[in-house]
Amino acid sequence: MKHWQLIREEDGIAIAVFDKAGESTNSLSAEAMAEFGLILDELDRQPPTGLIFRSGKEAGFIAGADIEEFSQLDSAERGRALVARGWELFKRLAVVSYPTLALVRGHCLGGGLELALACRYLLAVDESGTKMGLPEVMLGIFPGWGGMLRLPRRIGPAAALDLMLSGRTVDAKRAKRIGLADDCVAPRVMEMAARQLLLSGQPRRSLPFMQRLLGGPLKSVAANGARKQVAKKARPEHYPAPYAIIDLWAKHDGNALAAPEIIDRIISSPTARNLLRVYHLQERLKGFGKASDFKAGRVHVIGAGVMGGDIAAWCALRGMTVTLQDQGLKRIAPALQRAHALFVKRLREPLLVRAAFDRLIPDPDGAGVAHADVVIEAIVEDLEAKHRLFKSLEPRMKAGAVLATNTSSLKLEELRTVLARPERLIGIHFFNPVAMMPLVEVVAADGAEPAVVQAACAFVRQIDKLPLPVRSAPGFLVNAVLAPYMLAAMRAVDEGIAPETVDQAMLAFGMPMGPIELADTVGLDIAMAAGRQLTDSAEAPRCLSERVGKSQLGKKSGQGFYDWSSGRAAKGAAGSVPAGLAERLVAPLIDRVEKLLADGVVADGELADAGVIFGAGFAPFSGGPLNYRKGLNF
Amino acid sequence: MGRTIYVVDGARSPFLKAQKGPGVFAASDLATQAGRALLLRQPFAPADLDEVILGCAAPSPDETNIGRMVALRLGCGPKVPGWTVMRNCASGMQAIDSAIANIQCGRSELVLAGGVDALSRAPLLYSDAMVRWFAGMMSLRTVKQKIGHFLKLPYAELLRPVIGLMKGLTDPVVGLLMGQTAENLAWKFGIDRRQMDEFAVNSHLKAMSARAAGHFGEIVPAVDARGNIYAEDDGVRADASMSGMARLKPFFDKKYGQITAANSSQITDGAAWLILASEEAVQKWQLRPIGRIVDSEWAGLDPAQMGLGPVHAATPILQRHGLGLNDIDFWELNEAFAAQVLACQAAWNSEEYCRQQLDLPAPLGIIADDKLNVDGGAVAIGHPVGASGARIVLHLLHVLKRNNAQRGIAAICIGGGLGGAMLVENCR
Repeated sequence: MKHWQLIREEDGIAIAVFDKAGESTNSLSAEAMAEFGLILDELDRQPPTGLIFRSGKEAGFIAGADIEEFSQLDSAERGRALVARGWELFKRLAVVSYPTLALVRGHCLGGGLELALACRYLLAVDESGTKMGLPEVMLGIFPGWGGMLRLPRRIGPAAALDLMLSGRTVDAKRAKRIGLADDCVAPRVMEMAARQLLLSGQPRRSLPFMQRLLGGPLKSVAANGARKQVAKKARPEHYPAPYAIIDLWAKHDGNALAAPEIIDRIISSPTARNLLRVYHLQERLKGFGKASDFKAGRVHVIGAGVMGGDIAAWCALRGMTVTLQDQGLKRIAPALQRAHALFVKRLREPLLVRAAFDRLIPDPDGAGVAHADVVIEAIVEDLEAKHRLFKSLEPRMKAGAVLATNTSSLKLEELRTVLARPERLIGIHFFNPVAMMPLVEVVAADGAEPAVVQAACAFVRQIDKLPLPVRSAPGFLVNAVLAPYMLAAMRAVDEGIAPETVDQAMLAFGMPMGPIELADTVGLDIAMAAGRQLTDSAEAPRCLSERVGKSQLGKKSGQGFYDWSSGRAAKGAAGSVPAGLAERLVAPLIDRVEKLLADGVVADGELADAGVIFGAGFAPFSGGPLNYRKGLNF
Repeated sequence: MGRTIYVVDGARSPFLKAQKGPGVFAASDLATQAGRALLLRQPFAPADLDEVILGCAAPSPDETNIGRMVALRLGCGPKVPGWTVMRNCASGMQAIDSAIANIQCGRSELVLAGGVDALSRAPLLYSDAMVRWFAGMMSLRTVKQKIGHFLKLPYAELLRPVIGLMKGLTDPVVGLLMGQTAENLAWKFGIDRRQMDEFAVNSHLKAMSARAAGHFGEIVPAVDARGNIYAEDDGVRADASMSGMARLKPFFDKKYGQITAANSSQITDGAAWLILASEEAVQKWQLRPIGRIVDSEWAGLDPAQMGLGPVHAATPILQRHGLGLNDIDFWELNEAFAAQVLACQAAWNSEEYCRQQLDLPAPLGIIADDKLNVDGGAVAIGHPVGASGARIVLHLLHVLKRNNAQRGIAAICIGGGLGGAMLVENCR
């Protein structure tokens, strides 16, 4: 066999080791699953005392199905065959006469978890890399290989629907707590634990009474509740998959083969195709910087404001030692407080939180510059101030260190004039809020040293963000495309359409936040300045200049287009959305993407789409702005 | 001494007075925050240190071998050994002396040494009666037996915990509280309440004016998880006055004694660090030392008079180098109690004491006021016991620098009947 190895031990236990040939992670391709069937055949002929599944890879149990095979689903028959393949195979596994156990170490996702769920026991190894989940919904599809059947039975419908509909993963400890894993053990005892548990005869923990009710007589209540929850986040016309998951569970006990029309509908929907595209775009962004062997251990950030402080916190969270500089400790302390809250939220374990807080060092004197591998400037957007800073930084920096600016409005070409080696300056442009936004623009001005661009991309990957290389131009990619879109939205307000209605139109289009609320969040003064710099429009929209004139600057001042005194936008009811409003507002955005692409600000259309999705939240189901327009033209 | 011992740099946390209950920072938090800022400004990386030595008299139960723990928290990496020393109130000075010893014998070239304690976090302990009750519970199997055992719970004991801090401040051999040993000295040398209170007020005033003049540059402000900044020693009182001092009642010998909480050092949390280097390390990293440690000495004496420890430790150093008390430009004599520092002066000035206890033909005299604890001492600044020995050595070097002076002695009394002293020189 190519991908599997069956080891029979003296005590009669069989171990099936999955080690997919030619790949660094395991995925369940057609070939791998066919071999899996052969293993079951072999074990039928000569049944073992028990069977343990484990991975032969350094990292990870099974990442899921083979995503490449999805892209080739061009007919309904093929789609059904794909579902049937896994459904039947895992059904067979679930009823074998001998006990089975999945030893889950590292990621165990999608089809991988469906395999594990078909085993009698699931043993999770307590390591940071261990993650279990059914993320199919994020690709616009459903867990059709038994996940929708077995996950609700194992952990109860409430928790199972939550996992399947959000695509969220759980770690080993949590898997144990919710009953997904039968036990959670340290790697040092995993082999012994696997054998003991396999032969224990221990019955499955029974579900609480309420969960049994929700999985039985009250199934439709649970399904309706789930539909309402999903409706708050995703519209069925944009995202059909979560609704299909609920229906398949409630009406067909998770067996998609019983409702082939749902399979056909989901697989032929543009959403699934587009989300697959988004997945590939993300993988492409992840590839940037792979060519560089640059590895940052220490980062120095200057400017402890919202951006600088949060960049520093994020880097410390991702394991870097970070020095954070500003004029005096008083300016740094609030950033440390925010950082601590972030660490608590993300790391939970007190010792990990403490270690991250130890790694984030307030540095009013800038002593960290001399040790840093990456220096990021995030001070006030003032050319002279930045010049002074760069002049003082450059001679103190290590030779191979990356010097970066987080500027969003100043030209790198002008910023770098004071440097002895101007070619070393690079833009590393984060988005607010740093912890939430996956994209980071890596900005290169003409003549930038290619190795530095590579190093900057590698650094962005190291802190687990998605690097998008862009050429230096006003607003780079993301801000440049948002500006004409927000301008159009405000012009609509000038025409008398209520801000609520404008926002409603774009939410219905699939944007994560309406453009008017976005303007309030960014700050209307900033929106005004950006509008001046990034749009061809001579005059600012009346609604904007009026508010700026009254110092109503949005969220930060408590009042903008909306009242923010409660911390959230107090919105009135939206009026009926005029036909074609969303299309009208989004058109200038797409026009600008096309122009920037033509100007070479971003290398190709795929990257442009990726940038606008991951940096501006452009409706992912559309596959990106260019992909969306291409779809319209068909 | 063989190899020259350089002090390259040093830093300390603010000394934070114990308020109600445990302080915000654990001992290792304070040591980490001060230490990481100190290491940050060095040309070498934390991993380039040969070892980390930390003195601590009362680490908390989850800070076992706090020296190693802090070395790791400072990012020194797994390969830099870290260890903890305990010589009670001189643990920080012992850490320095241990670093000196290892540099002397060539085991180390570059050492981070210091001291720490978070006395506000000293634990409450169960009494023996409670411990016996718990132990009894462990051996029982049935629920019925356990219920029966519960009925025998010594409730009164439950509400009468042993105060760990008081145990730590009680001599384990002679059974006296530290303050009572200081009462002994006051009695022996006829030091009265007024003198003590005056000394204490002066300590506060000197610390206040030193702060105003910016003479506590060695402090690295601490920041907690809520973004609160602790920039200064918070026990120093601008409003210290004789009338304020007079209001306090004697604490150790209740009713009849003279030593109060106000003329004693304060119960405090804090950490202090120094970086010590050999000549080779100074060359290798092109360091610019702030001073040298020329000599050190430890001495033992009657535990009931432990406050005279500095006299017994510093005198041999003076003799070895042929120096008189006032040939030393500046002294840092740790202020465990106002009475205790005054008693040291009285002992050096007493012909009888010098002859009988120190084998000196004549008394050494008195240290001039303008040479002694010029920026105040532990009465005002606080005495996180493990940290104080390191603090006074570090601060003394800063005092020498700023006055362009040559020599200083830092000396400390040690509960249990010990004294420690170090002779330092300015690197000009």
